[in-house]
Amino acid sequence: MSLADTARTAGKALRTFGRTLGVAFALTFGTAAMAAAPAAPVAVAPVAADSTAAAQTAPVDAGSYTPMAPTPGKGMPVDKGWTFQDQYSPTGEEALFMHDVILMPVIVAISVLVLILLVVVAAKFNKRANPVASKTSHNTLIEVVWTLVPVLILVVIAVPSIRLLAHQYDPAPKGAVTVKVTGYQWYWGYTYPDNGGFEVISNMLPDEEALKRGEPAQLAVDNRMVVPAGEPIRIQTIGSDVIHAFAVPSLWFKLDAVPGRINEKVLMIKEPGVYYGQCSELCGARHGYMPIAVEALPRDKFEAWVKTQPGGTVGPAEAAAPAVVPAAAPAEAPAADASTAPAA
Amino acid sequence: MATIPANEGFDAHDHAHDHDHDHKPAFFARWFMSTNHKDIGTLYLIFAIFAGIIGGAVSGMMRAELAHPGIQYLGYFAELLGTATPTFDQQLHLWNVLITAHGLIMVFFMVMPAIIGGFGNWFVPLMIGAPDMAFPRMNNVSFWLTFVGFLSLMFSAFMPGGTGQGAGTGWTVYAPLSTSGSVGPAVDFAIFSLHLSGAGTILGAINFITTILNMRAPGMTLHKMPLFVWSVLVTAFLLLLALPVLAAAITMLLTDRNFGTTFFDPAGGGDPVLYQHLFWFFGHPEVYIMILPGFGIISQIISTFSKKPVFGYLGMAYAMVAIGVVGFIVWAHHMYTTGLDVNTKMYFTAATMVIAVPTGIKIFSWIATMWGGSIEFKSPMIWAIGFIFLFTVGGVTGVVLANGGVDDNLHDTYYVVAHFHYVLSLGAVTSLFAGFFYWFPKMSGRMHSEFLSHLQFVIFFIGVNLIFFPMHFLGVQGMPRRYPDYAVAYSYWNEIASYGYVVMAGSMVIFFINIAYAFLAGKKAEGNYWGEGATTLEWTLSSPPPFHQFETLPVIDDAAHAH
Repeated sequence: MSLADTARTAGKALRTFGRTLGVAFALTFGTAAMAAAPAAPVAVAPVAADSTAAAQTAPVDAGSYTPMAPTPGKGMPVDKGWTFQDQYSPTGEEALFMHDVILMPVIVAISVLVLILLVVVAAKFNKRANPVASKTSHNTLIEVVWTLVPVLILVVIAVPSIRLLAHQYDPAPKGAVTVKVTGYQWYWGYTYPDNGGFEVISNMLPDEEALKRGEPAQLAVDNRMVVPAGEPIRIQTIGSDVIHAFAVPSLWFKLDAVPGRINEKVLMIKEPGVYYGQCSELCGARHGYMPIAVEALPRDKFEAWVKTQPGGTVGPAEAAAPAVVPAAAPAEAPAADASTAPAA
Repeated sequence: MATIPANEGFDAHDHAHDHDHDHKPAFFARWFMSTNHKDIGTLYLIFAIFAGIIGGAVSGMMRAELAHPGIQYLGYFAELLGTATPTFDQQLHLWNVLITAHGLIMVFFMVMPAIIGGFGNWFVPLMIGAPDMAFPRMNNVSFWLTFVGFLSLMFSAFMPGGTGQGAGTGWTVYAPLSTSGSVGPAVDFAIFSLHLSGAGTILGAINFITTILNMRAPGMTLHKMPLFVWSVLVTAFLLLLALPVLAAAITMLLTDRNFGTTFFDPAGGGDPVLYQHLFWFFGHPEVYIMILPGFGIISQIISTFSKKPVFGYLGMAYAMVAIGVVGFIVWAHHMYTTGLDVNTKMYFTAATMVIAVPTGIKIFSWIATMWGGSIEFKSPMIWAIGFIFLFTVGGVTGVVLANGGVDDNLHDTYYVVAHFHYVLSLGAVTSLFAGFFYWFPKMSGRMHSEFLSHLQFVIFFIGVNLIFFPMHFLGVQGMPRRYPDYAVAYSYWNEIASYGYVVMAGSMVIFFINIAYAFLAGKKAEGNYWGEGATTLEWTLSSPPPFHQFETLPVIDDAAHAH
C-alpha cells in the first residue's frame, strides 16, 4: 500500500515540476507553445484549479470528476419499450435505418402477404365454396416469379447491409483513445494504455445503492468506463477466464471478450451521456450481474477524469499500440486501489 | 391404384412356431428387444412426449422466475433438487442449469426423437411400401442409445458442475466455460449424453438412407416418393455429415476437461473460437434437421386436405435439398460478434440470406397447393395452416438476424430467443401436433376428438404467441438472454410472456385429455379415415397396420397415387 502511495506522490510531484516547466515555456515561446496544443490547456488549467485543488487531497493537477447523472430513456431500456433504444453513434444510426426502413417493411409485407393469401384461400377454396378440387400442380411462370422476386428482394437488402458492415469495420484512427476491456468473472476492467495504463474495475451496484444514486437497478456500476465524446475510440476486448461480451445497445456495439484473443473495433459516441449495457455471453453464475456503464464526456472533462486515475496521463498519443502490452503489467498495482477511483 | 396383397395370411419369413399373420412377440421381447419399425416409432413417440413434459416443466420454472424482476423461486427450486440451503451463487448456477437442460432436452430428446425416430420410423417404410427398415435391430439400438443418453443428462443435474449442481453452460456448451469454468462431473455426463444419443442418431441416419435408397417398392422412383420421405432422406444426410463434427467437438471438450489437452485453452496454444466453429458447423444443420421432416409432414397434410397433389413437387423436393446443402455453409452467422474478419462476416451475411429463397418457394408452393383445392378444415389442416403463417413470421426475423451488421445489436438478446422459438415451438412443434392428429388414429386404431384438437390449437396458438412475440420487444430493447433477472424496464413484456406460458400449459392439458379420450372412448379408426385426399400407401393399410405389412411388395404404377 505505502509503496503505491509513494509512487503516486512521486508521480504527482513529477507532474507539478513538468507543468511548471511547461508554463515557463508557454509564456516564453508563445506561438510554439500554442502549437503544442495538448500541453497548453493542460498548463493553464492547474492555475485555476490551484484554489479548488485545496478541496482535493492531491496536488494541483489531480483532475476532477463527478459522475454524470443518466438521462431517463437515454442509453437505457424504457418501460414497455418495443423498439430499439435511441442510437448515439454513427454506425448505430445507419444500422437502425437499415432495420427500421429497409428490413422491417419487407418482413412485415411478407408476413402480411402470406396471411392474406391464407385467408383468401380459406374463403375461396373451402369444401363448400369449391366442391371439386382442381388438378393443377405446375405453373412454370409463377414458380420462376416466386424464385426471382425473393432473390431481388435479398439483393436490395444485401447492398446496404454489406455497406453497413464495411462502415462498422473502419478502424479507429491513429491517436484515438484506446480502451482495453477485460471481462472477468464477474466484473469488467477498463484499461487505458494510452493514458498511463491504469485499470478501472467496474462492479455492479446493489439495487438499493443504484436507486439511491438515481440510476437504473441491475445496470448501474461503481466505476464507469469514461471516454471522450465526439471522437473515435479504439475498443479492444479480451476475456481473462471465460468468454464474456461487451455490449452497449444504444451505441449498437457488441464484441465478445475471448480469452487469448484481442478483438478490436471502433466506437464513436456522438454526444455526452451515460450509456448502459450488459454482459452478452454466458459466463457462469453471475452472467446477469456484470453490467456495463459507459460515460462519454467532452474532451476536457475526459482528460480531467483521466488525471484522477492513478498514473493517468494525457498527452500526444504516440504510444498507442506498444502501450497495450506493457500497460498490462503496471496496471496490476494501481488496479488494486483503483477500485474507488473518483474519490482518489 | 397400388397393388396390395388381398390377404396377409401368407408370409415368407421363417419362424420356429405357429402363428397368424399378426403375431406379436411377448411383452418384454416386443418392447425391449423390438425389431419392428412401428413399435420402435411408438417407443420414440412416448419417450419424446415424456421428455417434452420434463423440458416443458423446466421452461415453466424459468417463466415463473422471470415473471417479475428479482429472484423469487430459484432458491426454492434448488432445495427441491437437493441443495439444502443454497447460496445466491448456487441459485444463479441453477438458472444456467435450467436453461441448459431445457435446450438439450427439447432439441435432442423431444423434437428429434418425435419427428425422426417417431414419425420417420413409423411412416417412411409404410410410404415406400417396405416391410420394415433396412436394419431393424440397429433401429432398436438407436432408440435405446437415445434413452440412455437422456438418463445421463438427467443424472448430470445432480452432480457438481461449477458454482453448484448440474451443467450450466447452455446447450451450446462453449469453452472455456464448459472446460475450466465448470469443475465437477456434471458437464462430463452432459457430454456423454450427447455422445450416446448422437451415436444412436447417426445409426438411425444410416438406417433411413439405406432404407429409402434401396427398399422402395417397384415403380416408386425417387421422383415419385412422398415428400415426407424426401424430407427424411435429406435430414438423414444432414445428420450423417453434421453429427460426427459435434462428436469431435465435445470429445475435445472431454479431453480438455480430463486428459490435459488444450484444444480450447489459449495458455496451451488453443482457441475458444475453434470450439464455436466446430459446434456451429454441426449446430446450423441441426436446426434444419429439426424442421425439414416437419416440412415433409406439412406437405402431406396440405395435399390430403386440399384433395390436390402438392404444387411443384420437384421444386419442393429440391428446395429441401438446397436448404440442406446451403445449411452447411452458413454456420458462422451464430458467431457474428466473436471478432470475425470483415470479409468473413460479409460472406456469411450473404450466404445466410440465400436460404430464404428455397424456403420461400416452399411457403408459396403450399399456398398454391391449397389454391383451387377443396379444403376440409380438419384439425391436422388447421395445425398445418397455423404452421405456414407462424413459420413465416419466425423465418423473416431470421432474415433480420442474417444481416451481420444488424445482428451486432441483437446477438445474445431475446430477439434471437424469439426467432428460434417461433421457428421451433411455433414451427417444428406445430408440425409435430399436425402430424400427430393426422396419424394418431392410424397408429392407435382410435379416433381422437376433433373438437378437443381444434380447442387445443386455439389455446396453444394464443399461448405461444403471448410467450414469444413480446420477446422481440425485449430483444430490441437490449435484454440479454440467459439472464435470471432483468432491469425493471423489461418487466411488462416478461410478465405477459409468463402468463402466456400458463395459457400454453392449459392447451397441453387438453392434449392429454384428448389422448385419454381416444383410448377410452374413441371410435375405431378405418384404414383411410381422411378420405380421397389421402393417397400415400399408409392409407391402404388397416388402422393400426398389421404387425408385418407389405411382405408382398405393392407395385406403384400410378404417379398421382404415390405422392
